[in-house]
Amino acid sequence: MSAYEAHFRVWRGDQDGGGLKDFHVEVNDGEVVLDIVHRLQATQAPDLAVRWNCKAGKCGSCSAEVNGRPRLLCMTRMSVFERSETITITPLRAFPVVRDLVTDVSFNYTKAREVPSFVPPEGLGPGEYRMWQEDVGRSQEFRKCIECFLCQDTCHVVRDFEENKESFAGPRFLMRVAELDMHPLDAAAETGLDRKSTAQEEHGLGYCNITKCCTEVCPEQIKITDNALIPLKERAADRKYDPLVWLGNKIRRRGQ
Amino acid sequence: MATGTDPQATTPAPADSGTAPHGVHSASRAAIPGRHLRSDRWWLSPAITAAGLFAFIVYSTWRAFAGDDYYAEPYVSPFYSPCVAQNCVPMKGGANWEIFGAWWGLSPALLILIFPLGFRLTCYYYRKAYYRGFWASPPACAVAEPRAKYTGETRFPLILQNIHRYFFYFAVIVAGILTYDTVLAFRDEHGRWGHMGLGTLVLLANIALIWAYTLSCHSCRHIVGGRLKHFSRHPVRYRLWGWVSGLNARHMQLAWASLISVAVADFYVYLVASGAFDDPRFF
Amino acid sequence: MTQVERQAWDVVVIGAGGAGLRAAIEAREQGMRCAVICKSLFGKAHTVMAEGGIAASMGNVNERDNWQVHFRDTMRGGKFLNHWRMAELHAQEAPDRVWELETWGALFDRTPEGKISQRNFGGHEYPRLAHVGDRTGLELIRTLQQKIVSLQQEDKAATGDYESRLKIFQECTVTRIVKDGDRVAGVFGYERESGRFFTLEAPAVVLATGGIGKSFKVTSNSWEYTGDGHSLALLAGAPLINMEFVQFHPTGMVWPPSVKGILVTESVRGDGGVLRNSEGKRFMFDYIPDVFKEKYAESEAEGDRWYEDPDHNRRPPELLPRDEVARAINAEVKAGRGSPHGGVFLDVSTRMPPEVIKRRLPSMHHQFKELADVDITAEPMEVGPTCHYVMGGVDVDPDTAAATGVPGLFAAGEVAGGMHGSNRLGGNSLSDLLVFGRRAGLHAARYAQESAASGTRPVPDEAQLDLAAAEALRPFSAEAGEPEETAGPAGPPENPYTLHQELQQSMNDLVGIIRKAGEMEEALHRLASLRVRARRAGVEGHRQFNPGWHLAIDLRNMLLVSECVARAALERTESRGGHTRDDCPEMDREWRRLNLVCRLSDPSGGLAAPDTGNGQIRLERRETPPIRPDLLNLFEKDELVKYLTDEELTQ
Repeated sequence: MSAYEAHFRVWRGDQDGGGLKDFHVEVNDGEVVLDIVHRLQATQAPDLAVRWNCKAGKCGSCSAEVNGRPRLLCMTRMSVFERSETITITPLRAFPVVRDLVTDVSFNYTKAREVPSFVPPEGLGPGEYRMWQEDVGRSQEFRKCIECFLCQDTCHVVRDFEENKESFAGPRFLMRVAELDMHPLDAAAETGLDRKSTAQEEHGLGYCNITKCCTEVCPEQIKITDNALIPLKERAADRKYDPLVWLGNKIRRRGQ
Repeated sequence: MATGTDPQATTPAPADSGTAPHGVHSASRAAIPGRHLRSDRWWLSPAITAAGLFAFIVYSTWRAFAGDDYYAEPYVSPFYSPCVAQNCVPMKGGANWEIFGAWWGLSPALLILIFPLGFRLTCYYYRKAYYRGFWASPPACAVAEPRAKYTGETRFPLILQNIHRYFFYFAVIVAGILTYDTVLAFRDEHGRWGHMGLGTLVLLANIALIWAYTLSCHSCRHIVGGRLKHFSRHPVRYRLWGWVSGLNARHMQLAWASLISVAVADFYVYLVASGAFDDPRFF
Repeated sequence: MTQVERQAWDVVVIGAGGAGLRAAIEAREQGMRCAVICKSLFGKAHTVMAEGGIAASMGNVNERDNWQVHFRDTMRGGKFLNHWRMAELHAQEAPDRVWELETWGALFDRTPEGKISQRNFGGHEYPRLAHVGDRTGLELIRTLQQKIVSLQQEDKAATGDYESRLKIFQECTVTRIVKDGDRVAGVFGYERESGRFFTLEAPAVVLATGGIGKSFKVTSNSWEYTGDGHSLALLAGAPLINMEFVQFHPTGMVWPPSVKGILVTESVRGDGGVLRNSEGKRFMFDYIPDVFKEKYAESEAEGDRWYEDPDHNRRPPELLPRDEVARAINAEVKAGRGSPHGGVFLDVSTRMPPEVIKRRLPSMHHQFKELADVDITAEPMEVGPTCHYVMGGVDVDPDTAAATGVPGLFAAGEVAGGMHGSNRLGGNSLSDLLVFGRRAGLHAARYAQESAASGTRPVPDEAQLDLAAAEALRPFSAEAGEPEETAGPAGPPENPYTLHQELQQSMNDLVGIIRKAGEMEEALHRLASLRVRARRAGVEGHRQFNPGWHLAIDLRNMLLVSECVARAALERTESRGGHTRDDCPEMDREWRRLNLVCRLSDPSGGLAAPDTGNGQIRLERRETPPIRPDLLNLFEKDELVKYLTDEELTQ
């Protein structure tokens, strides 16, 4: 392997408009797309805007779309492309663009705030929490999330329908609801907050049609659909569509 | 600059009609003309899915309405079991009850197929498959949908997808009956035990896949243990959940395998019953 | 001159990593209105890179652990240069800080009894690191982030506005601390997205900006680590200490070149990974220094037994403090026993079954698979030292985290100095963030309260803001080719990216892991010339999200801290912890009694003074405070004689 010159098309512009600009740039052994963007900055386009931080797939900053697919720039190796291939980089297309490859991701922070936080259990002080590994395992998987928002970007519910942003939290934050609902010590229920039914009533779980793009795109390989969204749908069904469960709870409550 | 509620300089234009730029072409998004920039063959997978499902629909419609050639002792087609109309071919010891009287003149398969059909229609995997393959919602990841409005499963009729678990309960019963049928396939045409023909193996393979698919269902996973908050307090259910989770990870493969096996089993019975093929007998 | 948005807050925290968020939570819970400013998006701070765990002597795995043992380990790790009071507070309070995280929703890995699991790490006598696989930093940041959201939800319920008492200003950079006389009066900065300037007025400012690693070429640090807080403190008149001590993490990736420096967590070794050279030898057995001879295994067999039976065996030398391991790797490579790409081999594949590796080190498995095409369950990794952490930082009061000499300025986390002495133990960073982040937030809040009560809220004067704005805009005028009087000598505009690369190369080559007087003099020489050129750093385009401009501004900070590192390193004629000199290889007990303090040469805080080649940093020596006797009594006399002078011992 040796250095070669690759053809890149990078979207440049802002809210007022923009377009794909062509670049020819050197590529070396073992490099990732983010390296190429940095080389463009250092040699051809010093004001090319891009977000990045750790460059190791741990912070989830450098989300963009490469050849039309949402990716982390730092985890997209150049070796997956043919040398002759034109590589197109655009900003995330589900969010308002700020400049070049940088988008306004405030949608996600707004949604994060709408999910009621962890409710600590009554009567347990710091240091008194006892939880077993099998009980924390499910929520731990969801807490691997690096908040790159690629799932939020790829999800057609908001990507293709701006008006749904109002009522749909997106995979990342529905997963957060699932995480809290599966947290072994979350005491939301004791305070009258039913995370299962609010998932559907307030966070738009019903919009999800489980087409799994969020799972496909997740750089942390979290099984968002199978382990978070579908279980959450089932939990909502327990509350809202299952007379057997309803009856069972009724009887049990009476028995107590 | 703050996390969230600061008003944006430009508020996104709401897409109120099909003609206004919407979705990825909303005014606030990066101005990129195409509805996607994918350079791979993204259409291949939904096309294969759609073709596969379509082929099955054609085949099963033909066979379900045929009302014939579904019993070749000791084998019964899974499309026709249990057989609950008077016009059923009598099956020796089989799941053959005349619950529906003589007034039912159509194929008896229609009475029973509604359950496996409902189970598969509301199945989380098949939903994905036909939403993508038939409805293009979405056609593929990061490829724009060809419609102006989307409400997902929030409204009638798609909100009915939430009743998947009931179909699961019925599917368990149906699988139980098909298991019984498979056991009966170990008798010969005179009702003596100890028979095994190629048909027995076909039914055996089919029922194994049916069970694997049924048990790998997301609703099953939920009922078995997924709904628990504390696995540590329910060690048995936790183990079951782990086991079902393992199957669940292959739900898609099992969905296809069992779809094919059920068609194959039916077709085999059809071949034998119509006399086109003689069931090879091992013992 | 420039229209600047102004807001008033009680406490402003610069940095939204572990320390900054913990400080903000504390200040808000003390009833103060608190603003947090961070260069990246909220939740992306460098803390997420921390992998191994949080050191806290909870004693969940080995009940013999307690704060005294943790204190001892910390002092040994820092070669007794640590500020003893900080090390004491840190060891005492770390468990509470970890438990507190659980009440905010953190989910650590568990022991069979349902307690927080703890793992072994270099330099820690017992398993002590609370962890979540190898992504503990992410868990820490997410938990703090979610706690902040939860406080904002409370504020929303109470006031109707999420941001009435606690607000995150994300993607904003502070370029100056502004003052009213001696006192802090607020901060001046710009919003990266729009390029607009803003001023947040506040009587108390907490620096929690992290480290300086981006001044080095091979580093595990992200672009944010440009020494902003160090340099803001200097410019505001506060001194830095211990800047010569830079930790090179022994295990960074070495191949492919584009990922060189990315961290390979110490947990790999804590969980059983071993280091081998190209001859297949576990070379660390040859590098156990005298001070640690009794505490480490002499044979591979003993080291291996330790994982199962730590009470009757000594730990393997792979788990020596980081400085020792980094030097050993460096020496092996120099001796020609390195791996093909200039590192050594770190192997877990022959030590653990693949499933265990994937479970315990998932992100390492992923990182090597994705970035280097190496399957760590089947083959060894190639690793080498990478710049990781700066022990030096703002000189602070141990109890209050208040910076020396500048009322209203506080510092916590990596930007604060003293806690880790000459070398930080793995896992002590996350606990440091929490312990001193909380203390900084608490005391900043109290200070702001007192300031409000006294009715003398400091106000920044306009002239300072105008100067700050002019300084930030200089890169644009440099491009225009019309140097103002402050723009330094005329010459062609310089590319900030080129300057940055030259700076990184110089620091890496000349003030790196092994240092020599001549090389450091050369470094100072080069820094002086870079400084002159940096004043001509010019940028294209406009102010909206312009990375070239951002880098041009950050260069000022990197040059300042690099000079501190080089000057202090040249001055300290011994080897200790993160400072190793080829020409002075021995540790000198006399030097333990001395801290090197860096201050700005121009006490007015300006950088406009003509550069005469003497640099911008003035160095002074300061005696370290004597260690409290009851703490000294925690050590055996035999051990103390290795570190303390006879005079100190007789006192």
